[in-house]
Amino acid sequence: MSIADVFAKAKAENRSVLIGCMPAGFPTVEDSIASMIAMHEAGCDVIEVELPYSDPVMDGPVIQKASDIALAAGVRTRDTLKIIEAVARTGAPVVLMTYWNPIEKYGVNAFARDLAAAGATGMITPDLIPDEAAEWIAASDEHRIDRTFLVSPSSTDERIAMTVAQCRGFVYATALMGVTGARTSVSSQAPELVDRVRHADPHMPVGVGLGVGNGAQAAEVAGFADGVIVGSALIRSVLEAPDRATGLSRLRTLSAELAEGVRNPRN
Amino acid sequence: MSAPSLPDLAGHFGRYGGRFVPEALVRALDELDAAYRSAKTDPVFQAEFESLLVNYAGVPSLLYRAERLSAAVGAEILLKREDLNHTGAHKVRNVLGQALLAKRMGKPRVIAETGAGQHGVASATAAALLDLECVVYMGETDTERQALNVARMRMLGATVIPVTNGSRTLKDALNEALRDWVASVDSTHYLLGTAAGPHPFPEIVRDFVGGIGIEARAQCFELTGRLPDAVAACVGGGSNAIGIFHAFVPDESVELYGFEAGGDGVETGRHAASITGGSSGVLHGARTYVLQDDDGQTVESHSISAGLDYPGVGPEHAWLHDTGRATYEPVTDAEAMAAFHLLCRTEGIIPAIESAHALAGAARIAPRLRAELGRTPTIVVNLSGRGDKDVHTAGAYFGILDPVETIVPGEQE
Repeated sequence: MSIADVFAKAKAENRSVLIGCMPAGFPTVEDSIASMIAMHEAGCDVIEVELPYSDPVMDGPVIQKASDIALAAGVRTRDTLKIIEAVARTGAPVVLMTYWNPIEKYGVNAFARDLAAAGATGMITPDLIPDEAAEWIAASDEHRIDRTFLVSPSSTDERIAMTVAQCRGFVYATALMGVTGARTSVSSQAPELVDRVRHADPHMPVGVGLGVGNGAQAAEVAGFADGVIVGSALIRSVLEAPDRATGLSRLRTLSAELAEGVRNPRN
Repeated sequence: MSAPSLPDLAGHFGRYGGRFVPEALVRALDELDAAYRSAKTDPVFQAEFESLLVNYAGVPSLLYRAERLSAAVGAEILLKREDLNHTGAHKVRNVLGQALLAKRMGKPRVIAETGAGQHGVASATAAALLDLECVVYMGETDTERQALNVARMRMLGATVIPVTNGSRTLKDALNEALRDWVASVDSTHYLLGTAAGPHPFPEIVRDFVGGIGIEARAQCFELTGRLPDAVAACVGGGSNAIGIFHAFVPDESVELYGFEAGGDGVETGRHAASITGGSSGVLHGARTYVLQDDDGQTVESHSISAGLDYPGVGPEHAWLHDTGRATYEPVTDAEAMAAFHLLCRTEGIIPAIESAHALAGAARIAPRLRAELGRTPTIVVNLSGRGDKDVHTAGAYFGILDPVETIVPGEQE
């Protein structure tokens, strides 16, 4: 299913899309595949696979730690593609979240080709802004990969319009000025940002990420956004579990709680 | 050669530079760019900057003809004595300029990254002088290696935050400073320490340190009646090098040499030579040369000099390399330390180990230039910093830190 279809289906059900993030290869290639499948089975509509990177400047301590663990275990870019393939094969819609340098090193067009072949539908680029993305825009058009750029509370209206015009699938609205990581409350800046995106393009689905970690917060964000993006809280379920089985079980429980949240939007 | 007109409006030096940053930072970078454009043409700002440089930092620094060193290496060596500036390095020029900009933008807080602590100390100095809050991110490994600089920063009123992520060195301190900035841009200026990072930093830092080259060019004329044959500088992030190169770029007869940290030797993989031993990539907000593996993961750098121990380089150097206007070569730890020793013993100057890389490079190119020119070449070397901070490293390297035999009173006869 394409990302557009996922959002359309959720809209028809009067709910938001739940997007769950997990770093590829954390803590091992096989374990990360199991985590992602479990997340999907328990209610994550879209699996966001994060490509581990040595210098993740948009990420808080939880994703940094998980990425470090994956890299220390030797995960490679080609493993990430294999993981995407394994997860997509189960029918889960998969998008990749990646910092730009690993893609530039792989070869931008070759990566778009291989990402599409692995079954991913889209790619989120946290440190690539449309201003620098000419090569990516061409490659993602050629290989039909949806492009998700970020907008931020600090973005001007002009930049929001320019950025949304270059997105396909959905746009990622960062709920607050900061890095990834669960927060005790949902940012008050998020609803206004979503409104500003809607003003620029009423049809582009908006996913809100940064700071969402439980069902109540998911319900709150679902009240004003088309998609709820959760990363650190899910990853922490695995990171802090005493063993793999407990980690998977906590991951399912939290995914289900978040899925319940996006089905009960609080307006 | 149209270097003075670069970067373009989007911060590109050819294919290098630009902005590879989270969208959240774009507005802050745009504001900084606008504030800098207006400051650049504002005589009041420029006069204030100039006054601080002259009356506080001790600029212009001397251009000193090092006679005994010249005799030893077979070239006329002119040392640009940035080591004599307040705080002991070229960095004071950049921090004063950026701290003034922070004031102008109404930002009461500055953050900085530091490796060995030199930029951190310089930032804390400027912040104290201009009454700004200052937070310095420093890799935990470096806070342990450079405890004295941590104490200096704290004495100057800065908060030092040890960074425990990743390799716990400069690149991780830079990541953490960027993360802070994403969350604090309204009140905070990121006082970046080198001519790298996203646009407009490479241009701003280059311009603030550009006085080095402007002064050296005029001083060389005064001293020798002509331009030098070559200009040599060490290159880590590359601010002291771009600072001395920039004024000479249009002078086609002047060869520009940047000496990177070759560590144990580029062939060993244990080095910090991003241009000669790395490849094109994106790191810390710009496209440039990066030490990276086949997957584009940043590789840890190695150098005896903490100030050069960084896996990237400023984008203008990448461009100067590709166009052939400047030549970049690696200098090993051993070569740098030999030059360090030579300068100590011939001139009575203890250089920063960073600057010793430039000295070693100058000694290497001297016979080559002599053969080319058929006469004694004149080489301007940027002595970018003093070596007080490196006495422990150098003492250990030369094995002179062994416990000195205690002289017991009464036993001397």
